[in-house]
Amino acid sequence: MGTKSSTWIEQALSIFQKDIKSELRTRYALNAIVMFAVVTLAVVGFSVGQFSLSPKVSSSLFWVVIFFSSMSGLAQVFIKEEEAKTVNLLKLVASPSNIFLGKFFFNWALLLFLEIIIVPLFILLLGLNLENFWLFICVLVLGSLGLVCATTIIAAMVSKAHIKGALFAVLSFPILLPLLIVCIDGTYLSIQGKSFSEGVSDLKVLVSFSVVMLILSLLLFDLVWKE
Amino acid sequence: MSKYFGARKVFKGLNFSVTEHQSLVITGKNGSGKTTLLKILSGLISPSNGEVVFNSNGDLLKREEVKRILSLVAPDLNLYEELSALENLKFLSRVQGIMFENEELKTRIEKVGLKKREDDLVSFFSSGMKQRLKYAFALMNDPKILLLDEPSSNLDKEGISYLENVIYEQKKRGILILATNHKDEIRYGDQIVDLD
Repeated sequence: MGTKSSTWIEQALSIFQKDIKSELRTRYALNAIVMFAVVTLAVVGFSVGQFSLSPKVSSSLFWVVIFFSSMSGLAQVFIKEEEAKTVNLLKLVASPSNIFLGKFFFNWALLLFLEIIIVPLFILLLGLNLENFWLFICVLVLGSLGLVCATTIIAAMVSKAHIKGALFAVLSFPILLPLLIVCIDGTYLSIQGKSFSEGVSDLKVLVSFSVVMLILSLLLFDLVWKE
Repeated sequence: MSKYFGARKVFKGLNFSVTEHQSLVITGKNGSGKTTLLKILSGLISPSNGEVVFNSNGDLLKREEVKRILSLVAPDLNLYEELSALENLKFLSRVQGIMFENEELKTRIEKVGLKKREDDLVSFFSSGMKQRLKYAFALMNDPKILLLDEPSSNLDKEGISYLENVIYEQKKRGILILATNHKDEIRYGDQIVDLD
């Protein structure tokens, strides 16, 4: 038998590491998410052409690209387990909360990676001018956290359905709408060059949304995960 | 215990008990519910009526405790194809809360007849090799309860001899429950549950 036992966080991280390793070898979600983001940005870039966008339109377009790109990839975290028929193996060996946390860490890492690609491209193609860069980074990181908290549990729910992709976007949209509105507002403030104190209320909403969604997801995941 | 999928009855009024050092064989024609029964026993699905009770020295065991002492080998329990044999076992042991040294895992892979194949991706394995690796996984935690669904599927002569050894060892260690259609595997059971 093994020499020592691993803690719950080590168990959740081992699921995260397995998913990262798997993803780097299969590019199951990565290709979809990056291709979607690049194509959408290119289409928006060509459509806008020489026109300069207002800060409100820029920030809205930015989060529209993030939302739809994430919709194309974040659901894969559970869908690939269902399609590869490894879901029973995972159910057999891991506790539901550790599975949720592992998948949640993976989705967050995937979304942050996507944003590393989208942000410079958006600045380059659409001339996004970030006057308060650090406020923008805070909105981006906390907005992604909230987005991942909500979409990971929805991904688990839709993984058993037949029309997974469409259902994922349809179920996610009403839950994510308040988050997206706050993210757009926070990004708008950062483009306008407003001070950090003016963006604090948005950041507080983003943190609250993430905490509530994370707790709800951990409570509900056991029910969703059971057949 | 009963199980229904919607209005369709899989089995009804099932009642049996197995004690330590005993083996039970579940038999029945295709679609009689052998795999479903094993899934219920392993906790993957719930029965429609009734319950499965695990008892140790008079104490009822919780599902999480049962998870640590139970293993399952089944055709629809796939391993991760994009990971190597060693990576699969490493991940599956860690996620169960057990930390193994690489050398120990390699020895276990060697024991199931996959010597020098530990770094190969599972996707390159034949179905027989995958079945052998499933045994390496199932025996990692020295299970008190071992559930086997069609245990000899895809195994060659050498593999079947290994399986016989697993069955013999498991009877000494704890409980063996086996679902099969093969007449020559029914002999492994001290009790038989016929779902027909």
